[in-house]
Amino acid sequence: MAKKIVPNKTPMREQPPKERAKNYDEVPYGYSEKEAMQEASRCLQCKKPICIKGCPVEIDIPGFIRFIAEGNFRGAIEKLKEKNVLPAVCGRVCPQEDQCEKICVLAKKFEPVAIGRLERFAADWERAHGESSMPKIPRSTGKKVAIIGAGPGGLTVAGDMIMQGHAVTIFEALHKPGGVLVYGIPEFRLPKAIVYREVDYLIKCGVTLIVDFIVGKTATIDQLLEDFDAIYIGTGAGLPWFMNIPGENLNGVYSANEYLTRSNLMKAYLFPEYDTPIVRGKRVAVIGGGNVAMDCARTALRLGADEVHNVYRRSRKEMPAREEEIHHAKEEGIIFDILTLPVKYIGDKRDWVKEMECIKMKLGEPDASGRRRPVPIEGSNFITPIDTVVCAIGQSPNPLIPQTTSDLKIGKWGNIEVASETGKTSKKGCWAGGDVVRGGATVILAMGDGRVAATSMDEYLKTGVW
Amino acid sequence: MYRVLKRELIVPNIHLLVVESDIIHKNAQAGEFVVVRADEKGERIPLNLIDWDKESVSMLFMEVGTSTSKLAALKSGDAIATLAGPLGKPTEIVEGKKIVCLGGCYGIGALYPVIRMFKEKKNYVTTIIEGRSDYLLYWQDRLKKYSDEFYEITRDGSKGFTGHVNDFLVDHIKEKGADLVYVQGCTYLTYLASQTTRPLNVKTIVGLNPIMVDATGMCGVCRVIVGGETKFGCVDGPEFDGHQVDWDTLLARRRIYLGEERYSLSFYECERYG
Ligand SMILES: Cc1cc2nc3c(=O)[nH]c(=O)nc-3n(C[C@H](O)[C@H](O)[C@H](O)COP(=O)(O)OP(=O)(O)OC[C@H]3O[C@@H](n4cnc5c(N)ncnc54)[C@H](O)[C@@H]3O)c2cc1C
Ligand SMILES: Cc1cc2nc3c(=O)[nH]c(=O)nc-3n(C[C@H](O)[C@H](O)[C@H](O)COP(=O)(O)OP(=O)(O)OC[C@H]3O[C@@H](n4cnc5c(N)ncnc54)[C@H](O)[C@@H]3O)c2cc1C
Ligand code: SF4
Ligand code: FES
Repeated sequence: MAKKIVPNKTPMREQPPKERAKNYDEVPYGYSEKEAMQEASRCLQCKKPICIKGCPVEIDIPGFIRFIAEGNFRGAIEKLKEKNVLPAVCGRVCPQEDQCEKICVLAKKFEPVAIGRLERFAADWERAHGESSMPKIPRSTGKKVAIIGAGPGGLTVAGDMIMQGHAVTIFEALHKPGGVLVYGIPEFRLPKAIVYREVDYLIKCGVTLIVDFIVGKTATIDQLLEDFDAIYIGTGAGLPWFMNIPGENLNGVYSANEYLTRSNLMKAYLFPEYDTPIVRGKRVAVIGGGNVAMDCARTALRLGADEVHNVYRRSRKEMPAREEEIHHAKEEGIIFDILTLPVKYIGDKRDWVKEMECIKMKLGEPDASGRRRPVPIEGSNFITPIDTVVCAIGQSPNPLIPQTTSDLKIGKWGNIEVASETGKTSKKGCWAGGDVVRGGATVILAMGDGRVAATSMDEYLKTGVW
Repeated sequence: MYRVLKRELIVPNIHLLVVESDIIHKNAQAGEFVVVRADEKGERIPLNLIDWDKESVSMLFMEVGTSTSKLAALKSGDAIATLAGPLGKPTEIVEGKKIVCLGGCYGIGALYPVIRMFKEKKNYVTTIIEGRSDYLLYWQDRLKKYSDEFYEITRDGSKGFTGHVNDFLVDHIKEKGADLVYVQGCTYLTYLASQTTRPLNVKTIVGLNPIMVDATGMCGVCRVIVGGETKFGCVDGPEFDGHQVDWDTLLARRRIYLGEERYSLSFYECERYG
C-alpha cells in the first residue's frame, strides 16, 4: 500500500464552548470543500467495504466518499440519496461510532474515516448549491396510502411510496412535521430548517401533509382504512416515563418531553416573544444518560442555568448517548454525577422542588442488556439543592392507537408487533416501524424500518396479496 | 390555518368562538376538548368542545391571559394557527339516573353538550349555574331545553338563589337526592363542589383544567393525582372523580407559570396597544 495513512480525522471547526453555551446556533460548522476532500482521501476504498455492513440502510459509503475526494459533490449527494432520503439529518445525529465508523478498517489502528461528517458535508453542499432536478414521479397507480406520524420513519415511507406512483397523505398530531427531529432534538444540534426543507421537498413531489390530526381521536385507523388502501404507523415512542419516586409531581420537575417540546417546538427559549413559558432554573439536574438527557442538559445551560448536573446511575462507559454529545456537554461545563440515582425530591412551602436526595451506586453483574447492573450502596444517601429536575429516563409508545384500533397486536411494552422482514402488523393493510415498534431507538433505524415497510407495501398494493 | 366564522362576547370576559372544521365533528363526543393556538407564536391551549356540526366547532372561553386575549381579538374571517381534536376521554355515559349538573364561568357553556347527552340518555337532569352576579350568567334558554330542573345562583343575590353553591347543593341533594353530580368550571368551583358532596356520598365527576402542552399524552405536564395514582389529564381525563383528586397538587401545578403568565400578558398588551 503506497498511500500513507493520516491517523486522525480532519478536525471540524466548532463554536467555542463558552460562547455556544449561551446561544442556540449549531455547534459544529461543518467541513469546507477542502477539508472534506482531505478527509475523503483518507478512505482506502476497500474492495470489500465492511463499513457498509454497519449502516442500517446500506449506503454505498466508499462510493459517495470517492466522489467527494474527486471534488464531484453533486455525484456524492446523488449516491447518498439512493439509500438515504435524510442525509443532512443522519450526518448530524446518527451514532456513527456504533455503526459504520465502528467497523471501518482504519479504526483498528487509527481514527476511522469521518463518514458522518462527510455525509453531512455532501448534504449541506446540496442545500447551498440547489437541488438536482426534481425526480420524475411515475404515473398514478390509483392507490392511496396513509402515513401516521411525520417523524423520520413516516417521511421515509412517504418518499418511497410517492416514487412508486401511489397517492400519499401524512397525518401528524402536532402542528409541525418532523417528529422528534423537531420537537425533541434542539436547534443547536439539528437546525429545524433542514427538516422543514426535506418535508417541503416531499410536498413538492406531491405528498399531502395534514397536521393537527390525532389518529385514534380525530379519526381511528379503522376509519382511515375505509378511505386508504394501506397504512403505515410511525407514531414513535412519545409516552414519557417517570421514576415513581416521592416528589415527582412538584413544580419544577419536568419530563424530558415537556422540557424539550416547550423549548424546541414551542420556542419557549424565545419567551416572551413566543407565548409558551419554561422554567429557567439555576441549578438543574437532568436524570438519564442518553441523547435525550444530553439535549436537556445543554438546553438548561442555554436557558441560563449556573450549574447543570447530569445524574446517571451507571458509569460513563455505559452511557448510551452519542460520543459527540457527551464530549460537547463536557466541554460546555455539564457536571457528570455518575453512579448516582435520585430517590426523592423535596419541595419548599410553595410546592417547588428545592432539594434532591440521591443514593450512590456501584456496578454489579451484567444484566439482560449486557451492561453491568447498577446496585445501590447502602447508607450512601446524600441531599443536594436543586431548583429544576428534568427526567430523561426513557419513553414508550403512546397508547392512543393501540387502544383504538381493532386486531392490532401489541407487545408487553405497548409496542406494536410486526414481522421484521416486512414491517407488517397483525392487521391487514397496516404496517408499522420506528420507535413505535422498537421503543426509543434511532433515526436511522426508523428510516430503515420505513424502507422495509415501503417495499412490502408497494408489493401488496401492486399484487393485492397480504 | 383555520378560519374563524364567529367570535362574540357573551357576557363580560366570556366569548364564543366558532371555527371552521369539517373533520372534528365526526368523532366528537360530550366532555371532549380541542387544542387551539391563536397564531404562529402562540401557546397551545385546551378549550372544551361546546358544539359541533359538519362545518364548524364551537368553543367558549374566558379571557384571562395572553392566549385568550389573542382569541378575544379575533374577528370573523380571521384565522387561527391550530385547531386539533377532539381530545380527552368523553364523559362517561349513564342512563336513567338523577344527575345534578353544576357550571360556573366558562363551565356554564361547557355543560351544554354534556347535559344534552345526559338528557338524550333519559337521565333526570337538574342544571345549576353559578356566578358572582346576574350579568355573568348566560345561555339559560339553551340549558333549560335539556334540563328537568333549572336553577341560578348569584353571590350578590341579583338573581336566583343568593349565596354559595355549597349551601344550595347540600340542601338540594338532601331534599331531592342525586345519583351523580357533574361539575364544569374553574378549579375553585370543582374543588368546592367535590368537598361539598363528599360527606353526602354522591359520586361527583369534575372537569379538571391542568396546564397542557401537546394534549396527546406526550409531555406529562398535565399530570394529576387521582386515587393516589399519577394520571395524565389530557388522555386519562380531563374528567375525574372529584373525591379522588389530590387538589393540593392540582392547585400548585396550575401556578407553575404564574409569573411568566403575567409577564407575557403585559408584553402582549404593550405590543398591541403600545
Ligand atoms: C431528545 C432526543 C434526542 C435524540 N437524539 C438522537 C440522536 O442523536 N440520534 C439518533 O439516531 N436518534 C436520536 N433520538 C431518537 C430518534 O429521534 C427516534 O428514534 C426517531 O425520531 C424515531 O422516529 P419515528 O419516525 O419512529 O418517530 P418520531 O420521530 O417519534 O415521530 C413520530 C411522529 O408521530 C406523531 N404522532 C404520534 N402519535 C400520533 C397520532 N396518534 N396521530 C398522528 N400523529 C402521531 C408524533 O407527533 C411525531 O411527530 C433522539 C430522541 C430524542 C427524544
Ligand atoms: C381540558 C381543559 C378544558 C378547558 N376548557 C376551557 C374552556 O372551555 N374555556 C375556557 O375559558 N378555559 C378552558 N380551560 C382553561 C384554559 O385552557 C385556560 O384558561 C387557558 O389556557 C388560559 O390561557 P391564557 O394564556 O389566556 O392565560 P394564562 O396566561 O395561562 O393564565 C392567566 C391567568 O389566569 C389564570 N387562569 C388560567 N386558566 C384559568 C382557568 N381556567 N380558571 C381560572 N383561572 C385561570 C392563570 O392561573 C393565570 O393567573 C380548559 C382547560 C383544560 C385543561
Ligand atoms: S471501511 Fe473505512 S476505509 Fe474502508 S471503504 Fe469504508 S470508510 Fe473507507
Ligand atoms: S398535555 Fe402533554 S401529556 Fe397531557
